[in-house]
Formats: sequence, C-alpha cells, structure tokens
Amino acid sequence: MADTTTKAKVRWGLLDVAVVVFALTPVLWIMSLSFKTPATLTDGKFIPREWTLENYRTIFVTDQFVRALVNSIGIALIATTIAVVLGAMAAYAISRLDFPGKRALVGVSLLIAMFPQVSLVSPLFEIERQLGLFDTWPGLILPYITFALPLAIYTLSAFFKQIPWDLEKAAKMDGATQGQAFRRVIAPLAAPGLFTTAILVFIFCWNDFLFAISLTSTERSRTVPVALSFFTGASQFEDPTGAICAAAVVITIPIILFVLFFQRRIVSGLTSGAVKG
Amino acid sequence: MADIVLDKVSKEFPDGTTAVRDVDLEIADGEFVILVGPSGCGKSTTLNMIAGLEDISSGELRIAGQRVNDKAPRDRDIAMVFQSYALYPNMTVRENMAFPLRLAKLDKETIDRKVEEAAKVLELTPLLDRKPANLSGGQRQRVAMGRAIVRQPKAFLMDEPLSNLDAKLRVQMRTVVSRLQKQLGTTTVYVTHDQTEAMTLGDRVVIMRGGAVQQVGPPQELYDHPNNLFVAGFIGSPSMNFLTATVEEGTLRTALGDVPIGDRIRRELERADAPRELILGIRPEHFEDAELIDEETRRRGMEFTAPVDIVESMGSDKYVYLSVEGERATSAELEELAADAGAADFSGAGSNLVTRLSAESSVTEGEDRRVWFNLEKIHLFDPSDGRNLTLHEGRLTEFPGSPA
Ligand SMILES: Nc1ncnc2c1ncn2[C@@H]1O[C@H](COP(=O)(O)OP(=O)(O)OP(=O)(O)O)[C@@H](O)[C@H]1O
Ligand SMILES: [Mg+2]
Repeated sequence: MADTTTKAKVRWGLLDVAVVVFALTPVLWIMSLSFKTPATLTDGKFIPREWTLENYRTIFVTDQFVRALVNSIGIALIATTIAVVLGAMAAYAISRLDFPGKRALVGVSLLIAMFPQVSLVSPLFEIERQLGLFDTWPGLILPYITFALPLAIYTLSAFFKQIPWDLEKAAKMDGATQGQAFRRVIAPLAAPGLFTTAILVFIFCWNDFLFAISLTSTERSRTVPVALSFFTGASQFEDPTGAICAAAVVITIPIILFVLFFQRRIVSGLTSGAVKG
Repeated sequence: MADIVLDKVSKEFPDGTTAVRDVDLEIADGEFVILVGPSGCGKSTTLNMIAGLEDISSGELRIAGQRVNDKAPRDRDIAMVFQSYALYPNMTVRENMAFPLRLAKLDKETIDRKVEEAAKVLELTPLLDRKPANLSGGQRQRVAMGRAIVRQPKAFLMDEPLSNLDAKLRVQMRTVVSRLQKQLGTTTVYVTHDQTEAMTLGDRVVIMRGGAVQQVGPPQELYDHPNNLFVAGFIGSPSMNFLTATVEEGTLRTALGDVPIGDRIRRELERADAPRELILGIRPEHFEDAELIDEETRRRGMEFTAPVDIVESMGSDKYVYLSVEGERATSAELEELAADAGAADFSGAGSNLVTRLSAESSVTEGEDRRVWFNLEKIHLFDPSDGRNLTLHEGRLTEFPGSPA
C-alpha cells in the first residue's frame, strides 16, 4: 500500500518536472538571450558568457517601446475593468433571476466566444475606419470587451451560483436593500471569482496580437505584442534579437505582478460555514 | 411586537402551481404559532409571504393592523431564522449579529451593547470573534437566533430552524427557543416537520395539507378532536389506527368484531347524515390488556382477541403490534399520509394494529391475546371527504362544512 503510493508519487513527480521544464525552458532561453551581447548571441550557450544590460537600455531609449507599454497597460486595464463590472452584473442576473430571454442571452454569449476571431478582423477593420475608431484606444478596448465578456459571464455565474441564495434572503430580512445585499454580502463572497475573472481577461487583452495588429497603424495605440514585431535595433542595421528578447522579458513583468497581486485574494472556501455543510 | 393576520392569502407560482390556497389565520400579539404539514404543503411559502420574500398572489396580509402586501422585507420589521442558518461567512459572529443593527444605522455603542446582550442570552460571548466556519452546528444555530433577536423585531419567523441538528442538540435547542420566546414575548411563527416540536413548542398549531389549512388549535385539542382523517393521522406518534367499518343493524361491523353504537355516536352520525361505510379511528393508547382492566372500566369499552405480532417494551409501556384480518381503510388522506411518512412508518394504513399497553402486561409475541379498547374515545370518519363524524357535540359548530 505505502509502496504503491510512493511509486505513484515518484511517477507524478517526474511527470510534473517534465511539464515544468518543457514550459519554462523557452522563457529561460529568452531571458538568457536578453542578457547576451550581439557578438555572443548565437553561441548556443545557456549561460551568457558576457553579461550586458545593453539590450534593456536600448528598448527604453527609443520612445517606441515605452509608448507601446503605456498603450498595453491602459487598454488592458480599462477593458478588464469594464468587462468584469458588466460581466458581474450579467452573471448575477443570470444566476439569480428567471427572466424572458435568459437562455438566448447565455446562448448568444457562448456563440460569440466560439466565433473565430480571425474571420471578424476584416469587417471590424472596415467598421472602425468608418466610425473613426481605427487606431484609437476605444478601437481596441471595444473588441476586447466583446470577446472577454462571455468568458467573464461564464466564470462569474459559476461563482455566483455557489453562493447560497439564503444569504441574500437573510440580508433582506436583516434590513438590506437589494443593492446593499449585493454589495455587502454577495460581492465580498464572489470576490475570488471577480479576481479570477479579472486575471483571465487581463491576460487575454495583454496577449492579443490579432486585433492589435489589424486595428492599429501607429504608435498612438499600438500595443506591445505588435510593437515587438516592428522592432529594429538601436540603429537600422543592428540585429534586433537581443532587444526583442529584452522587451519580451519586460512585458511578462506586469502580468506576473498582476497575478501575484490578485492571487492572494483568491482564497478558496470563502463561503464555508455559511450554511450547514 | 405585533399581531399578524392572513386574510384569504393565496400563492400561485408563475408555473401555475398553487402552493397556498385561501389561508385565513389570526396570530395574536406574542403568540407562538406552529405550522406543520407534510413536505410540499406550502409551509415555507406561507412563511416567505409573511416575510416578504415571496409576493402574495391574492388576499391580504396585515401586521400590527397595517396592510403590508406591497412592503419590502426591510420595511416589515420581521426577523427570520433559516433552516440553513444563512450566516455571512465573511463576517465574524459579532459582525453577523451586528449586521441588522448596522443597516439600521444605530451608533456604535448601542450596537456593541445589544450584540453583547444577545450573545450573553445565547451563551455566545466567548465565540464573538470567530468566523462561522469555525463553529459547531449548534453554535451556528445560536448565532442565527442571535442575529434575529438583536434588533427586537415585531415578529420572528423560523423555517425548520432545528432540523439540521442531531437529535440530542435538537432537544436542547428546543428548550432554548421556547425559553427565549417566553422571555421576549415576541410573536413567532415556526415551521416544522417534527411532531414533538409541534406538540411541545407552540400555543397553537396550524396543520396544512396541499396549501390549505386543515385545522388550527392548541396541540391537545388537535390531538383529542381532529377535524378530519388527515389531522387525526398526522398528529400523534405512533399514529392513530384506521379500520373500515360498516353500519349494520345498529352496530359497526369491523375487523375487531361488532362495535356497539352508543347514544352519543348514534346522535352524531344522524346529525352528520353519515354514509354506511365509515372509517374507524382508535389511538394506540386507548387499547389495554384485558387482564389489567377493572370491571368499571371494562364496561366503557369492548374486547377482542387477536394474534400478537411484535412486542416492543419501552420501559414505561409496551407497544404491541396485533395482526387483524380484514381490508385496510383507504382514502386520499390516508394515502397522502402514508406517502409522507414512508409507508413503513405509517402503521395506520396497514393491517397491523398498533397498541400501547401497560408495562405490567404479560403479553408475549406469537400468542393470541385478549385486548380491550375504549369506546368513548373512538372516532368515525367519512371516507369520501375525510371529515370527523364524531366530534363532541359542543364542538360541532366549529367544524366547517358540518350542519350546525
Ligand atoms: N418557485 C417555485 N415555483 C413553482 N413551484 C414552487 C416554487 N416554490 C415552491 N413551489 C411549490 O409549492 C409547493 C409548496 O412548497 P413549500 O416550499 O412551501 O413546501 P413546504 O411545506 O415548505 O415543504 P418542506 O416541508 O419540504 O419544506 C410545493 O409543491 C413546491 O413544489
Ligand atoms: Mg419548507
């Protein structure tokens, strides 16, 4: 008995290590490249022979990258906030109320989530050009919200459904209005769900390349993933690989910070003890 | 504190289910009223309508003389204890109990004082800073009670508040609830499934079936004078025995032999215009071992002989199950009761007779035993509509549907 569990543990441990190595090797490789000098860039060594911060200096010298970083952060934060707020309200209604058209709403949002984004890019391009949204922040924020909302509604309604309805009734009996019941009882309990959703939506917006490259044309609203692809070195003739790697490392930092910041709030089992369990 | 009046209150759900039908009920100020009935009979719905958590489809609800049909729960000033306790898991016990007071915008000192007081009454003082997740079932239950009593509402509503506790705690908490209600004198409506809670807690008991009120009265009265078959079978444990009976030549022909019809019953049957086919109801404690009966008592009842199936000695008395021949009594009410109790528990519908004999009885399993029963305590019911044909004369006027 004990023997088999140890064996199983070893087997699972090996599998885990394999997965982690597979996932992390490219990341470490990029980090390694970002610290190499142009001369040693292609030497195939994992540990750089000559360490340099030159690549990082390069990307922050030109305005190009900094602008893109600002665009990315701004657009992703705004889109995330709006999607989570709208999604929370829709999910709450879906999980608590029985209203005509509820199934249609859920169905349509699922449909949007399944729709291949690539087939929407050209019509969106035309529409945004007509409306003057092309190459603006709202021009990216709107499609991001559209595609993030189904995700937000789905995750959030699962969270709301977990919260016992009796809690809301109890709050009403205790003298709360519908709004107070939502803000003081339901929302705090749904907080892990709100944060989870926020992380997922933020990552989706942050990583998007397709919309960003099709719906922007200048530094005015170009986000980092696109800016990277336009990267040149410090001078026209320099190989930009080192700089691209440095930029790639830099843009993972906000994501890591964002996840770390919210992860501490995702405490599972927050509803335990509400009702007889 | 206030009285609560339900005036022809009905509830129809959007899907067409009529959960509550024309309920008339007057609950006096400070009264403790129990709602009982089988599962799905509309107890919770009735309570939720009083609370304001469900809309009232028709009829009027008055609290302290004021029509409150269209008022939100928060404007009715009523506290409710839920079966699931519904404690706010993100708040400590103190915050849970303070929540209604904070919403009422009381100042901090008053809130602290009231919470401390309530905690003391319910012996929760050492637990005030814990989260509900770290409490036992009984403690959670007390916190739920505490949250209800802190703000001195006009009335308490409780929906099966003890049903999640184990048997021993339930008995304890029953006395807590009872003491608390007497102490505070607050009008209380209490929903339960439990016979014992219904019989012991309330001033009056309301028996519901299929959304309609069957009978309202003090527990003893419901027990002694049930309006109909349903009430007779529902109240009492073990429940009343039911047998078919046919009126023939001045006697009742039953599986226990020919039962003479006394003057009282004859008069009542005539008055009620009774059919010939009837259902005879006898409670288990109205049987006795024929050997232990003195002459005086013997004349008030009749005897029969039946094989003894099972003897359960309870110490104080013996439950003796007798097999009797003959068809079992059938009616819609009895079937519903059997379904609710789970056919095995509901002896009344079977061909087994449950009797409660004195502990001194020497009855043994397998023998044929001579058993006596009290003729003065029998009930006769009309199988078609279930009404009790033998209510005592003075009470007939209170029986709806009977010629007074
Ligand atoms: N939202 C609803 N929509 C439709 N029918 C409902 C709804 N809620 C309850 N009912 C029906 O109304 C009837 C009464 O329900 P209620 O909850 O009041 O029963 P109850 O007496 O409290 O039963 P229990 O003892 O099982 O709690 C049931 O038949 C139930 O199916
Ligand atoms: Mg119920």
